[in-house]
Amino acid sequence: MVPITTLHYLVVAACLFVLGVVGVLTRRNVVIILMSIELILNAVNLNLVAFSRLYGLHGQIFAIFVITDAAAEAAVGLGILIAFFRNKETVNVDEVDLLKW
Amino acid sequence: MLNYITDYLRSNTTPGQAGNVLWALVYILIIFGGVSLAVVAMNWLERKLLAHFQIRLGPMRVGPHGLLQPIADAIKLLTKEDIIPSEADKPVFWIAPVMILMTAFSAYVVVPFGPTHAVTDMNIGILFMLGVSSLSVLGIVMAGWASNSHYPLIGALRSSAQMVSYEIAMGLAVVTVILMTSLHGLGIYGTGAGAAGTGTLSMIEIVKAQLAQQTWFVFKFFPLGLISFFIFAVAMVAETNRAPFDLPEAESELTAGFHTEYSGLRWSLFMLGEYAAMIAVSSIAATLWLGGWLRPFPNTLTGDTWDLVFSLFPGLTFLGLALIAFLGVIRMPKHAYFRLQTLGLAGFAAVLALIGLILFIPPVRDRIQDIYWFIAKVAIFMYLYIWYRATFPRYRFDQLMKVGWKVLLPMGIGVLLVTAIVGVL
Amino acid sequence: MEPVATPFFFYLLSALAVVGGVLVITRRNPVHSALSLILTLLALAGLYLMLYAPFVAGVQIILYAGGIMVLFLFVIMLVNLERNQKEEQFNKTWLVGLVAAVALGTLFVIVYAKGQALFPERLAQLPEAQNTQQVAVLLYRDYMFSFEIASLLLLVAIIGAVVMAKKRID
Repeated sequence: MVPITTLHYLVVAACLFVLGVVGVLTRRNVVIILMSIELILNAVNLNLVAFSRLYGLHGQIFAIFVITDAAAEAAVGLGILIAFFRNKETVNVDEVDLLKW
Repeated sequence: MLNYITDYLRSNTTPGQAGNVLWALVYILIIFGGVSLAVVAMNWLERKLLAHFQIRLGPMRVGPHGLLQPIADAIKLLTKEDIIPSEADKPVFWIAPVMILMTAFSAYVVVPFGPTHAVTDMNIGILFMLGVSSLSVLGIVMAGWASNSHYPLIGALRSSAQMVSYEIAMGLAVVTVILMTSLHGLGIYGTGAGAAGTGTLSMIEIVKAQLAQQTWFVFKFFPLGLISFFIFAVAMVAETNRAPFDLPEAESELTAGFHTEYSGLRWSLFMLGEYAAMIAVSSIAATLWLGGWLRPFPNTLTGDTWDLVFSLFPGLTFLGLALIAFLGVIRMPKHAYFRLQTLGLAGFAAVLALIGLILFIPPVRDRIQDIYWFIAKVAIFMYLYIWYRATFPRYRFDQLMKVGWKVLLPMGIGVLLVTAIVGVL
Repeated sequence: MEPVATPFFFYLLSALAVVGGVLVITRRNPVHSALSLILTLLALAGLYLMLYAPFVAGVQIILYAGGIMVLFLFVIMLVNLERNQKEEQFNKTWLVGLVAAVALGTLFVIVYAKGQALFPERLAQLPEAQNTQQVAVLLYRDYMFSFEIASLLLLVAIIGAVVMAKKRID
């Protein structure tokens, strides 16, 4: 068996990143778009931690900060979603096409 | 192969540290069996203790003094019909009790029964246990959602809101103790005498820090350790949805809350998960505040005689239990119908006495010390759980959230700040 | 502490992560998507453990899987509309999005494969036993400023989320 090198982890992170991007670009449900953004952030985290094994602990510190920021962004994003849902009764991004209604 | 098995026995570490998969599996199986046995015993103990608190007798028929009642309950639950609501989300319905059970049992990987008696000693031990118990919230939300009915949904949302709120208070109390592991002080009032060491999140290292600092953390920086212990004790009762914080699963309020639609084996998985979570958070409390596997006064009362005195405790405990069972045998009615029960109880008393006598043998006596003291401390917490259920009235949901956010959280932050200030003075 | 059976666990955990990712973006029911995302997050926590990063793994389990996903599940239950699940799930430009994403992925793999010569020869054997302590030293000494800014960011996020999700009484 091939020993597991850093490249293996980077390929997994790239797969997750691509899946996240596909989710953001092709789904209509806002909640699933937000979850795809979380997938993208996790792919970046895996990349950072994989590299931190080569170069020292700074990658892990950055990964902790990314997780913190993802939490803040998820909270604010879902708050916006709730405020929006209260007004328009839909979670489709296709129906959010007016600047003011 | 044989070397693989015996090499671990010669090394003085946990199986995780030695990298030995076989012994790790053996430990896991022992813990799994032990916790299941403890849950069964808790079931019987809860019914008997609640009954005695309410001046009645509890189950008396199924075995002598109801000792076989949990087995009867288990057989009943296993043979009940498995009803799934028709509009329920079947994969999620199936996976919710599995998730709760998995998270409840996964927490036992880092619980230290002794200095080397743990499955593994993770560097992030306490963080792992807190994280895994926060995953059980997901199981409850899934259970309530998948049942597709009002009472489970409201019960699940209330229960998960309660658990998330009290997790924060638990986390702050735990952080206070972690801070104390690095603030070396001698005796009860450790005010800066001695260099500050490095703190640690590992459960085994936390108990070793209590040994090195010669004080259980519940008494350190008095009263700060006591207040943080109190915060954790209240938060852990709320975290496991037990009385007086059991509104989400109270029968008169929500007809059993999030596990209303579960019947038979699935419901027993919920119950098993709940009791296992209770034992897990009790072992966190025992490890962090009450000194884990340390016997009382490990540093001040040293020497061979004191070691001998304290090592007699396990055997004496079992002999005491055998004596109580024997008293029960004597008080059994002398009627032909009770002969089988009398014989059964006498046999049980004999087994307990035998275990007590085995625990007096010196080789066994030396090895069983750590495990005994740990289990004794966890058993105290189990008794307290049942006592709370019998004594306190239930909190209403808004009162519950008020206590979690407006009382425990500021108290936790205050204790943390004062500990940090006192520690560096 | 050396990882045990590294290839087996790596392939298992990465397969779980990628399968979870695929399920996230293809399920019709958002609750199923959220559960698949939880599967992906837990698999990633396992991968972090294999990369000698136990603290990041613990933070991932507590914050991401135990905190953010509970938030997602609550909001999904709040905005779940039955009619929404019977509608069209993918928007009109799905083909363009798919092509763009595949191109991006190919670019990644080419860059990684060509840049492998830049990686150091020996992997740094980070000792796992002191990971939390070393992370703490770095976090509170070198990255202290970022730490304080992150806490300020969380405060702003809390206030923002509460203000936006509040019921207006007017």
